[in-house]
This record gives sequence, structure tokens and C-alpha cells, in this order.
Amino acid sequence: MATLEIRDLHVSIETDQGVKQILRGVDLTIKQGEIHAIMGPNGSGKSTLAYTIAGHPRYTVDSGSITLDGENVLEMSIDERAKAGLFLAMQYPVEIPGVTVSNFLRTAKTAIDGEAPALRGWIKELRGSMEAMRMDTSFAERNVNEGFSGGEKKRHEIVQLELLKPKIAVLDETDSGLDVDALKIVSEGVNRVKEQTGLGVLLITHYTRILRYIHPDFVHVFVDGRVAEEGGAELAERLENEGYDRYLTGSTVG
Amino acid sequence: MSSTIETEKPLVPGSTAHTDGAWDVPVQTRSERFASAVHDDFPEVTGRELEWRLTPVEKVRDLIDGELDGGRFPAVVSEAAGVTSEWIARDDARIGSAGLAEERAAANAWSSFQEALAVTLTAEEFTEVVIDRTGDDRTPRAAHTIITADPNARGIVVIDNRGSARLSENVEIVVGDAAHLTVVSLQEWDDESVHLSSQFARIGRDAVLKHVVVSLGGAVVRVNPSAHLAEQGATGELLGLYFSDAGQHLEQRVYVHHDAPNTVSRVTYKGALNGDGARTVWVGDVLIGRTAPGTDSYEQNRNLVLSDGTRADSIPNLEIETGDIAGAGHASATGRFDDEQLFYLRSRGIPEQEARRLVVLGFLLEVVQKIGQPELESRLLAAIEAELAAVAVV
Repeated sequence: MATLEIRDLHVSIETDQGVKQILRGVDLTIKQGEIHAIMGPNGSGKSTLAYTIAGHPRYTVDSGSITLDGENVLEMSIDERAKAGLFLAMQYPVEIPGVTVSNFLRTAKTAIDGEAPALRGWIKELRGSMEAMRMDTSFAERNVNEGFSGGEKKRHEIVQLELLKPKIAVLDETDSGLDVDALKIVSEGVNRVKEQTGLGVLLITHYTRILRYIHPDFVHVFVDGRVAEEGGAELAERLENEGYDRYLTGSTVG
Repeated sequence: MSSTIETEKPLVPGSTAHTDGAWDVPVQTRSERFASAVHDDFPEVTGRELEWRLTPVEKVRDLIDGELDGGRFPAVVSEAAGVTSEWIARDDARIGSAGLAEERAAANAWSSFQEALAVTLTAEEFTEVVIDRTGDDRTPRAAHTIITADPNARGIVVIDNRGSARLSENVEIVVGDAAHLTVVSLQEWDDESVHLSSQFARIGRDAVLKHVVVSLGGAVVRVNPSAHLAEQGATGELLGLYFSDAGQHLEQRVYVHHDAPNTVSRVTYKGALNGDGARTVWVGDVLIGRTAPGTDSYEQNRNLVLSDGTRADSIPNLEIETGDIAGAGHASATGRFDDEQLFYLRSRGIPEQEARRLVVLGFLLEVVQKIGQPELESRLLAAIEAELAAVAVV
């Protein structure tokens, strides 16, 4: 049972105006099989947390720690983190010209597993996952995310989640911009993967809408770079009714 | 970082020159550039002229001014039904039907060649032809080639350049009405070779030309394709791919002339540079004439810089003489790796080296994927992989 532990995490970025502090002491523990929702207003640092876990070079960790089963994640390179079992479903998946989805996925699978997947089983698995996410199998021969609609990009992220079988997945505003049909497909995909592999999920979202389909065990409200309140699913309901206003009084976040 | 990146802004009629740097304002509209088949009609080349200032003129001086051997350049044309190939005399009526030389090296070749190689596609069924040109010495030579697609003909002609050469040449491409022709000029010369090639296409009514320049080998390779969209509904897709290593100069000057209503052009050139003194030049001139209402035009050039010590020039020029166009645009970018692409691949477990290789390969393969000939595409993939094997950063 894998556990991702984040302790007193402080993160900053370089901007044109100088160094800017974004995370100011985040504490979180996510175990495999659990679903944690992180909710918060724009600018509260939710995406920074996601990218810091994945190791994006733009973010500097000033203090604190991230460990996966006691292993120091912050010392791992980006690809080592993925091999250790972490996955980030991105809010804006990147287009990669000239690299087909099928080549990309096979290369990633080979890297994560340390050996190439057996061809016949792999093709079946790939096709099954794409069909489950209602992606036409012709997408396999298209270039990664190139010309995909917003919804297709998000479904492609979940196909990767299913094929790469991480221990803990961070979903960064995977719900943003999705219509209700796409939202259901994506949510069903996440739930299915969790059922099959015992995935732990850190679900980052601005809205409560996705929580109707992916039921969180824990809800953390993120304000001004730290967790302001924690609770169960009932906390999401309260946010649905009241919004974030009561956390923002007197806060510096606009 | 010692790489120099030079990007000049496009020229738009009525705009005034900026004061913030060198600015190449052509003295006349592109279609009025002087053209002649006679070497002596062109003034001496100093290396400061618009069309020569980015070329290492002294390395090609013999081709510009020296005596050229005008005998047949070695060429083996593959045989196929619906294809004729013959050597024709220099006074044959077909010669000059697609264009004339616009600079002194091309005119030198035109003045010097004794016979032209004429390859003609006649069949409406898709036909493939390879012109295998394996050079075997370094004598300065002249050549002239005419590729013709008869009306409604369909096919692909690959000019496959290998071996050693010092060659100045003109290639004429005549695309008959409603024909669909692909011409690929593939330069895989040895490291010492020098090649100057002017390629002129005339595209007929509702005809489509796909023209592809692939330059990988040679010391100095300058291929200048021009497409004259001469009749209503003509389409020109001009693609280019180049990989410049240390000390290599690869240049391409593209010219598209929209000269009839509802013509379409797409220009996509992509290059990579690696190693000290690796040099590339791309100039893309597009002229949308008064005769060309309803024109739809887009040109782009992208360069990927893989090491220090390289220089890429990228200069789009757009002239528009009519207000009635469907669209006209251009883009030019020269840069290093896209960090977000690398992050995305690595976040899926792909190690850094492998991620870089995928990104470079993908960057260049985008052009290869558009050729539409699987065997050639696989061969180019292998050739690009071989180039990448020598890149330290990949």
C-alpha cells in the first residue's frame, strides 16, 4: 500500500517581478485506494502543488518534503517519479508534432515497466482502453494531442492513466472545460482504474461538479498556498452552497 | 549561448522600414526580378546582393563564373508504364516553358548544358519514378531537367542525389491542367559536394504540385524552388526538411507567385542545426498578384537549434497586390527544445535522452509524414535517425 506524504511544503517560482512564494506549508497524506479532492479558488496554488509533485523545473522547493513510501521524491528526476508510481493528468496536455499516440504510449509503457510490452497483448490493451474512453482507435495513429479537442485531450490523459498503472495519480483540473458527457466518461474511467489497480487519487478542481461522479473520501480546501480546512464529502457540499467567500475574507488572494 | 538567430519581419506593401536593424527591402516587386538564360546578362556577383548575401559565395565561385561541363550529368531513370524519359537538345521548344534563370549561377548552368533530361508522366494512374543521380567526380558541371505531368496525370518523381558533385542546375516542372504531381529533390551528397539548384514550376488549372526539398548531405547546398500558380484553382504545397551539421551550409529560397484566381499555397520548411558552424538559410517570398483574387496562402519555417555555434536565418516576405484574398499568413520561429514537450514525455516515465530524441524526430517527421510515399518516408526516417545519432544532446 503506497503512501504519498507531503510535509510543510514551501514552493516558489521566479517571475519578472522577482521570486514569488506560492505554497506556504502544505501537509497532505494520500494512501493508495483513497480519493482526495483539493478544492480552492484560482491562484490558491493547486496547480503548483500538482506540478511540484511531478517535478516541473519551473517550481523551486524551498523547504519541506515529499516522499513516496519513505523515498525522497524531491531527489528524483521527472521520469524517475513516473517510474516510482506517480502520474500527473495535466490541465493542458501538450501537443507533440510528429510523434504518434501509439509510439508515445508504447515508449512510455516500456520505460515504466523496464521492458517492452508483448506486442499482441499490448495492442489489445491499448484498443480496449481507447474504446472504454470512447476514443476512436484511429487516434492511435495521430500525433500526440495534435488537433484533439479539449475533451479528447482529457480522455487521452485517462487512457494513459489506465495503461501506465501508477500508484498515485494527480488529476489537475481534469474536469475543466468538459461537457457533461465527456465529464461522465472521464469520471467513469478514473473510477474504473481505481477499482482495477487500487489507485490513490489527488483530484484538483475548482468546481464541485466532478465530485458527483468521483466520490472523494477527503476534501481539502486550499487557500493562499496552504490547506485552510479539511473534512469529508460533506465539506464539498458546503462549498457548493457557500462558495469560497468565507475563506477569502481578509486574505490576500484576489 | 553563441548561436545567432536572425529573423526579419515580413515586407508588406505600404509599410515603412523599421529603424531597429538590417532590413532587406527588395528594390522591386518579386515578379519583376530580372530573368535570363544568358550568363553574361547578369552582373558580377560580389556577395552583397540580396540573393547572395547569405551564401558563402567564394565556395561556389566556380559554379557562378567558371566554365561548366555541360555534358550529361549521370542519371538513371527508373522505368514504369506511363513514363517517358529522353535527352533532348538545348533548342527543344519545351526548354524554358516553366521559367528562366534569376541569378548568375543558374544562368551559367543554362548557358552551359548541352542536352536536357526530359521526364514525362502521361498516365492518369498513379506512377512512381526515381531519377537516380549518383555523382562520381568534382568537375564543375551544368545540368538541365524538365519534369512534365500531362493534363490529368498523377504521380511522384524523386530526384535522388548522392555521391560527389559540383553542380549548378535548373529543374523545370510543368504541371498540366488537373494533374497531381509530387516532386522530391533529395540531397544526400557527400561532405565535400556543392550543389546549386533552381527549380521552377508552372502549375496549370486545378492542378496540384507537391514539391519537397530534403537536404541532408553536402558542404554547400542551395535549392531555390519557385511555384508559379499560373491558372485558376492551382495548388502548390512546398515542403522542406533540412539537417545541418558542423560546417554545413544548407539554403533554400522559396518563391510562390499567385497569378490566377482561387489559387492555394502552403509552404512548410523545417530544419535542425547541430555543431559548430552549422548554417541554414530560409527565405520565403510570396507574391499575391492583382490577377489572383480569392488566394489562400500560408507559409511557415521552423528551426530547431541543437547546439551552440549555429546560425539560422529565416526571412518570410509577403507581397499582396489585391485586397480580395481568402487568407494569407506566415510564421517563422527558431529556437531550442520546447521544455513543455520534454516535461510531458518525461512525466510519463520516458528518460530525458529518449524524450529529446522523440521531440527532434517528431519535429522533422511532421514534414516527412506529408510526402505520402511510405518507402521514401521510411528511408528518410532512417536517414534522420542516422543524423541524430551524431548529436550529443540527443
